Amino acid sequence: MYSEKVMDHFTNPRNVGELENPDGVGEVGNPTCGDIMKIYISVKDGIITDIKFKTFGCGAAIATSSMVTEMVKGKTIEEAMKITNKSVAEALDGLPPAKMHCSNLAADALHKAIEDYRKKQAS
Amino acid sequence: MRKVYLDHSATTPVHPEVVKTINHYLTEAWGNPSSIHSFGREARKGLEEAREKVAALMGANPEEIVFTSGGTEADNMAVIGGAYAREKDGKHLITSQIEHHAVLDAFKYLEKQGFEVTYLPVDEDGLVRVEDLRNAIRDDTTLISIMHVNNEIGTIQPIEEIGAIAREKGILFHVDAVQSYGKIPVDVNKLNADMLTASSHKIYGPKGVGCLYIRKGVRIPSYTHGGGQEKKRRPGTENVPGIVGFGKAAEIAAQELEGEMKRLTALRDKLIKGIEERIPEIRVNGHRTKRLPGNANISFRYIEGESLLLSLDMKGIAASSGSACTSGSLDPSHVLLAIGLSHEIAHGSLRMTLGRDNTEEDIDYVLEVLPEIVERLRSMSPLYQRKETCKQKECYAHVQ
Repeated sequence: MYSEKVMDHFTNPRNVGELENPDGVGEVGNPTCGDIMKIYISVKDGIITDIKFKTFGCGAAIATSSMVTEMVKGKTIEEAMKITNKSVAEALDGLPPAKMHCSNLAADALHKAIEDYRKKQAS
Repeated sequence: MRKVYLDHSATTPVHPEVVKTINHYLTEAWGNPSSIHSFGREARKGLEEAREKVAALMGANPEEIVFTSGGTEADNMAVIGGAYAREKDGKHLITSQIEHHAVLDAFKYLEKQGFEVTYLPVDEDGLVRVEDLRNAIRDDTTLISIMHVNNEIGTIQPIEEIGAIAREKGILFHVDAVQSYGKIPVDVNKLNADMLTASSHKIYGPKGVGCLYIRKGVRIPSYTHGGGQEKKRRPGTENVPGIVGFGKAAEIAAQELEGEMKRLTALRDKLIKGIEERIPEIRVNGHRTKRLPGNANISFRYIEGESLLLSLDMKGIAASSGSACTSGSLDPSHVLLAIGLSHEIAHGSLRMTLGRDNTEEDIDYVLEVLPEIVERLRSMSPLYQRKETCKQKECYAHVQ
């Protein structure tokens, strides 16, 4: 039911963990629905220099978290803001229909981390 | 890679002897049991022998057995047929919150047709409280349906007591015995059942066949119309290969029941104890002793069931979970919620159901592999991280 890419990212997730002094942190989901994603970013000169994630959830939740970290590492925050949940799913060669809305929130978590970074910059 | 199948409550492999029996009725004795000639008579003979074997394993008379396409059809027949059979006496029905969907959804259908249904809660072990049942009974209550063994947590209900109350009040009593028939003793008279559902593929028989026991004298309407098969209660040419396979499976189950109960109880206890010793922050779901011999259901905090299943599958271990991701809905299992688990704990549940091919070595292998998998998934979980920095309750309040 999952693509090979999903299974690869589930089995060998990239960038798992936390950053010690992140510039931004974003979290989506809740334990009720069974998925929580938390993303930590480091930003330097408008570029995401480091990114880590922690996820409680199903195979799709873990794989999309891993994929989004790979997609944006080294990218500008503007480029990162353009990434959507849909494009993350496409990069994984698709997700089963049932997973598209409940476990495909990694881009949302990333955007929240960027918003958090921007807020901190503004204050 | 070692393959360990721990999902026997989902389905079981067909016993080689059963395969032989089925094969004979596919290739040699393929007649229509309704035909008068020798081909038909041979098929009829096989069919009636199977009926005797299936009946014997539940202490019933063969003429009280109606073969169906499986447990779901039999449950629907019993619940819907039972409700309409007594419609003139009342429209109040009683079941429990933890029934299989084949029963629950039949009751939901009846609610739409104007019946009133009481869904009894269960305690934290998954047991129906007999007092609750007594209190729920009204003058217009006509049908009670309670499962013998729960398919997820393996809890064995006090069916004898419930049946005695139903009998005393003159209320029809149906028992969904899909998870108990052939695995623990089932006797329709001891259980005081008026109707009882059993399924073939849970006891090493083929899929697509089951039966409903209907006590002599109990009449329920039929919703299938056609020929006179199964005394008009379930018309249509009989699934002879499936039914004879079911009969053979019942015959073998009867011979092996006592030994398998002992063996599987020991293996199950070894598995549960082993997990308790090796992995912290778990919860054993279901009653500890009033429990199906082969059932272990455990919640692992901070992780989600589907991830656990995928990881186990990669190690050759097949199990199931009550998480939303595996139930096809947004909510985790209704059974786990009914025993009082929070959504988060319910999402992290793992059901392992043992069967005839499982060995001590299988359990050792699971106990070797599982702790690493749980540790890996926990290390990725933001909930687990929080636990180290704040008290659990505060953590959950924070993430809600």
